[in-house]
Amino acid sequence: MTITQDGARSSVDHSSEKRGMNLTLRVWRQNGPTAKGKMVTYKVTDISPDMSFLEMLDVLNEQLIMEGDDPVAFDHDCREGICGMCGVMINGQAHGPQQTTTCQLHMRSFKDGDTIDIEPWRASPFPVIKDLAVDRRAFDRIIQAGGYISVPTGTAPEAHSILVPKKDSDAAFDAATCIGCGACVAACPNASSMLFTAAKVTHLGLMPQGQPERNDRVVNMVAQQDREGFGGCTNIGECSAACPKGISMETISRLNHDLLGALRAGARPKS
Amino acid sequence: MPLELFTVGDPIADTKAPSDVAIGERWSERRFRGRLVNPANRRKMTVIVVGTGLAGGSAAATLGEAGYKVKSFWYQDSPRRAHSVAAQGGINAAKNYRNDGDSVYRLFYETIKGGDFRSRENNVHRLAEVSVNIIDQCVAQGVPFAREYGGLLDNRSFGGTQVSRTFYARGQTGQQLLYGAYQALERQIAAGSVEQHARTEMLDLIVVDGRARGIVARDLVTGEISTHYADAVVLATGGYGNVFYLSTNAMGSNATAIWRAHKRGAYFANPCYTQIHPTCIPVKGDYQSKLTLMSESLRNDGRVWVPKERGDTRDPREIPEGERDYYLERIYPSFGNLVPRDIASRAAKNVCDEGRGVGPGGLGVYLDFADAIGRLGRPAVQAKYGNLFDMYAQITGEDPYATPMRIYPAVHYTMGGLWVDYDLQSTIPGMFVIGEANFSDHGANRLGASALMQGLADGYFVLPATITEYLADAPFDTVDDSHPAAGEALQNVQNSVQRMLDINGTRTPASFHRELGKLMWDMCGMERSEESLRKALDRIPEIRQEFWTNLKVTGDGQSFNQTLELAGRVADFIELAELMCVDALHRRESCGGHFRAESQTPDGEALRDDENFAYVAAWEWTPENEPPVLHKEDLEYEYVHLAQRSYK
Ligand code: SF4
Ligand code: FES
Repeated sequence: MTITQDGARSSVDHSSEKRGMNLTLRVWRQNGPTAKGKMVTYKVTDISPDMSFLEMLDVLNEQLIMEGDDPVAFDHDCREGICGMCGVMINGQAHGPQQTTTCQLHMRSFKDGDTIDIEPWRASPFPVIKDLAVDRRAFDRIIQAGGYISVPTGTAPEAHSILVPKKDSDAAFDAATCIGCGACVAACPNASSMLFTAAKVTHLGLMPQGQPERNDRVVNMVAQQDREGFGGCTNIGECSAACPKGISMETISRLNHDLLGALRAGARPKS
Repeated sequence: MPLELFTVGDPIADTKAPSDVAIGERWSERRFRGRLVNPANRRKMTVIVVGTGLAGGSAAATLGEAGYKVKSFWYQDSPRRAHSVAAQGGINAAKNYRNDGDSVYRLFYETIKGGDFRSRENNVHRLAEVSVNIIDQCVAQGVPFAREYGGLLDNRSFGGTQVSRTFYARGQTGQQLLYGAYQALERQIAAGSVEQHARTEMLDLIVVDGRARGIVARDLVTGEISTHYADAVVLATGGYGNVFYLSTNAMGSNATAIWRAHKRGAYFANPCYTQIHPTCIPVKGDYQSKLTLMSESLRNDGRVWVPKERGDTRDPREIPEGERDYYLERIYPSFGNLVPRDIASRAAKNVCDEGRGVGPGGLGVYLDFADAIGRLGRPAVQAKYGNLFDMYAQITGEDPYATPMRIYPAVHYTMGGLWVDYDLQSTIPGMFVIGEANFSDHGANRLGASALMQGLADGYFVLPATITEYLADAPFDTVDDSHPAAGEALQNVQNSVQRMLDINGTRTPASFHRELGKLMWDMCGMERSEESLRKALDRIPEIRQEFWTNLKVTGDGQSFNQTLELAGRVADFIELAELMCVDALHRRESCGGHFRAESQTPDGEALRDDENFAYVAAWEWTPENEPPVLHKEDLEYEYVHLAQRSYK
């Protein structure tokens, strides 16, 4: 979060009075999953510091369309930091210099005259679809392997029959805020999906409702991430540093603890 | 002489609710009377569900669990992205856990009243009944709701009510509820009962012998246009707020599925009922692509004010108490800052129209937490609203702990949608519409924390119970591409895609979208008048004409082409905008979010005309250049008596 150190600006400050920035963008262009990609340089002018990073890319794209060029493909949807659809490498950092989503990064984080490199997530389980858009369905398959509680509609007991200590519920919530953006994978030198998987294992493992499937869940989700080709976790911590939701490394310790316990208890992944 | 804007057709009525029993019995009676489908037969039946938000995700998962073959479609990469994920505040349920006088009947009553007496009693009562089951279901799924130290669920109160019945998960309730539905859906995908179609957009409905039998969809990655068949089709594609270009909806939220179904015969009900949410971050500049909501739960502790004097540009902290106008507390002493959304929005507009607005362009009011911070301390405020304050700081670069937030109303939700009966079936047999995509439960104004409730009610509990009556006659004869209706629909989609690519004009789809949105906001937004609506109705056909002759879409149809996707959506928004204006013009009364300048009380409140307008306006599409046909569904109030809403 970026509350300015010198206190809040006056709220009658007119943003239109600020001078626009001129920037050089070096953008990864790749016409399809099998095409060869390359960095292409573009200029954008008069960029307001109050624009979001994606609004800056909108400006570029409107420009490209008018010139008859193909606009840069990038994923986005909610533009309020919650859907997890956006995400690019900005100057080599997942989601850029702030710990937030790409859509919530604002151009006030850059200076007039900057050159900005923009690339897709780089990880083989996330193949490029086009330009900056990648296929993250591997994450859904990890959830399919066990990231749920089996409770068919209509079979639930009265809500207050399940008490959850506030401490556990709050910690479960913190883990459950993972938006599935994939920045953790992109930031990790091993392209490991451990933080994503650990967030779900932690969320459900902290709830009393999640106990019956706890052992199977962890072994199956971990087996699935291996099958998808994600790398192993060596506890470097780049994932958590890049995570826009601040998912902590503690979730990974918890996953490891659960995994060991599950294996000792004889749980084995479904083949 | 002006062309006729619409014609009036036969009235329409909901015939499915068993009105011969008392209101509290109708839902169980309906379930009892409806036919069931034998578990062994369910495997032979296919249901298409379009959309994976709270309504679509929960419906697809539940139908899959029940044993139907489900085909689920969504335009994003993962079902977890659907825009329900962004709902912040909470979900209502009549649990009465606070022992503060809440009940199913009270939730029913308040929702009818909050909707300004323009919703159906039967549907709303059912919604209130089902609300309690939703919480049970979500808790069992592991949704991490806010809890108290004793481990019980916490509640808060929300705009438009005086009881605490809102369940929440910090400021991310929609996200957590959606993940519950998403995980249930992924479980069914793994089990093989749900077939997934990611990054696929529905572009037409296939109607065979009077029944909805499938869809035409485009794979957004490969560009392939294909047909998909089923025994029933469920649309759960959300609302159409993006007709205004700037809204709190996701960038991809669109009206295409419901609009194209409308053109195939589904009536569109109350299109002019749109909700303008009072607490959004104000617009900053022309480049703005979307607006961000600040949960109205903030109104529990924040106080709304503007300077008493026009044009007062002092730093808000330097404006003494005596020179501030806490206008909601002044005008509505009993509800104060917690008045319903439509009232809070219009009050903000009024003070800004008087020249007392704050911030760039004078389009903003203060939402001030100084009192709350003084009373509760910063840590307590931070614990409650921290993520919202962070979001505000991130977007505006201002510190809301130190200086009041600036907020302004923005388009947030559409109460209108495809017409459905009590079974949630549209006027096309076999096509069901759930969640925000239908018009059902909110009348002319939706209360806070009711959208999540309705989405999950429809998807988990209502649709799976009512669809069996229809499917009891299935499976129907096999249909394939050789059927003339299917071939025609496929051809129709291919033609319109090609047409957009061929124009090669000089304006981008986004530029048309921006122009349309601004027109709609100015002419058919928070306040509408005969004059403004007629202006819009003159202008929209010109925009449409220019769109189809001067559009520029680069690239081709056989690849990932986001400009082409947007162009198709904008084409539909332009047509829908026209129907919205016709509906708004024909409804010469004010009700809920529909405020007609000509119809107000002496002190500026919405003035309904129950004599002439206590009906649902269900519009039938007619081929180009023919005016739409209005079918009226009379609203009868057996239980809640029609009254002027008052929050004073
Ligand atoms: S753990 Fe963080 S970085 Fe990884 S997917 Fe979740 S939100 Fe994104
Ligand atoms: S676009 Fe939704 S998180 Fe960025």
